[in-house]
Amino acid sequence: MIYNKAIESMNLAQMQELQLERLKELVKRVYEKVPFYKKKFDRAGVKPENIQTLADISKLPFTTKGEMRETFPYGLLACSLDDVIEIHTSSGTTGTPVVAGYTENDRTLWSEVMARCLAMAGADKTDTLQNAYGYGLFTGGLGVHHGAGPLGTTIIPISSGNTQKQLQYMQDFKSTVLTCTPSYSLFMAEVANEMGLDFRDFDLKAGIFGAEPWSDNMRVEIEKKLNLKAYDIYGLTEIIGPGVSCECEEQNGLHINEDFFYPEIIDAETGEVLPEGEKGELVFTTLSREGTPLIRYRTRDITWLFRDNCSCGRTTVKMHRLLGRNDDMLIIKGVNVFPSQIENILMKIENTEPHYQIIIDRESTQLDNVELQVEVEENFFSDETKDLEIIRRKIHNEMKQQLGISLNIKLVEPKSIARSMGKARRVIDKRDLPKAGGK
Amino acid sequence: MKVKQISVFLENTTGRLAEVTKTIAKAGINLRAISIADTADFGILRIILDKPDEGMKVLKDADFTAKQTDVIGIILDDQPGGLMKVMDIFNRDGVNIEYLYSSLINEKGSVVIIFKVEDIDHGLEIVEKAGLEAIASF
Repeated sequence: MIYNKAIESMNLAQMQELQLERLKELVKRVYEKVPFYKKKFDRAGVKPENIQTLADISKLPFTTKGEMRETFPYGLLACSLDDVIEIHTSSGTTGTPVVAGYTENDRTLWSEVMARCLAMAGADKTDTLQNAYGYGLFTGGLGVHHGAGPLGTTIIPISSGNTQKQLQYMQDFKSTVLTCTPSYSLFMAEVANEMGLDFRDFDLKAGIFGAEPWSDNMRVEIEKKLNLKAYDIYGLTEIIGPGVSCECEEQNGLHINEDFFYPEIIDAETGEVLPEGEKGELVFTTLSREGTPLIRYRTRDITWLFRDNCSCGRTTVKMHRLLGRNDDMLIIKGVNVFPSQIENILMKIENTEPHYQIIIDRESTQLDNVELQVEVEENFFSDETKDLEIIRRKIHNEMKQQLGISLNIKLVEPKSIARSMGKARRVIDKRDLPKAGGK
Repeated sequence: MKVKQISVFLENTTGRLAEVTKTIAKAGINLRAISIADTADFGILRIILDKPDEGMKVLKDADFTAKQTDVIGIILDDQPGGLMKVMDIFNRDGVNIEYLYSSLINEKGSVVIIFKVEDIDHGLEIVEKAGLEAIASF
């Protein structure tokens, strides 16, 4: 079901007209109301009246995460604090958090886009949605919650953690839709297995997973283990939270709610706008946000945009599943590596579970030393060292061939890598390196 | 007769072997043979227990990666040439040995040596044909 057919199936010319109208209004509003933007626009020599076409957006300066931190807490607010009804912050694992303020209209907008996303994954009023994203300052929990309302979906606001109870409730309430991070879904599968539960006895039909990059191979694993169809959802606190884009039943690219979030792909080095189909950094302008609107916000996420005649009937632009993040990107021995690439390779090697961790250290010789820890699973454990050495060599060779770098592969005992209820900590970088993106 | 060996994956860190022995001891299970194959990063502990099925259960409950494998325990004379006799036979009949180690059984001038061979049924057949005895249980 398409939640808002008028918008989601709109023809391109009409959509662009709507976007331009909203963009003009937005630029005028932030120029008048937010000194931060006025100063930036003036410095760039651009006035609101200079924005006459959608392409004119490239005249506007980018906004970065670093600037959001510098203006903490309310420097980007474009409305009176009295009109703000909800505040969220990014997880703040990398320093000062960034703040998103929502007016009533913003929250209505959020409900709307999240409802569209849930509908893309097939949810409707007949469904019971178990929301295992964390509730709180993190946008995941409440974002999904806001979206379930307009759809009439029964929501179980269980939040993350307490996995045994999650599995119990899943059976008791016959949950049909699960929302959580992809790594937490696999953790659930593991616990279910220990409890002797079989997901084939459950009622789950769809899982909507996001908040961290995950690979296609991980999707296959999740779909097999949890016996459901796994949809990728994308969002970030700065823009709105979850609901920026989501996959439909085709599972081929995420439809962007482009009437609210205007996407661009840029060359991360030069800032130049790239045409559709070219890979680069994803940039968003929040066309209708009132609380903390953002102009050309650099997400650091790497992907590309495309339009196809999607069989679902939606005409909105699609973004390919994330290829990684600029700031997730590891530079090892001079080679750019995304953890998702390592995961992909690992899962292609028969019987290797996606429980892994990458530990990077720089030796006194200034050479990077990378250790990839992989848990030894029952199904490939052997009583002979040579069998395990063969697996280890195979992982090493595959990595070397596909990434072009040599990793030290270390086989570790199952469950020795810390499990996470939220985002899995895949990389431990012990090197003292300058961080990209103003962090 | 085949006997059940349990292998346990161990990281090369302090205290892991102690954990295994503690787990077995607490369950009142006795070790009948033990050996370790080690590499720089990990080891594989191979043990034979008087109660193999119970042993397997307590190890798994303690979250160890453990696996059961069939091996042959051959009873040999505890005197010069005892092992040589088996080796000669295996060599002659093309029985490929993956590894071997000695058990703790030593009574009435006999010892038990544990053999993991490539094809266990073939190995057993050769042992019996040569008039040697494979231990039935520990």
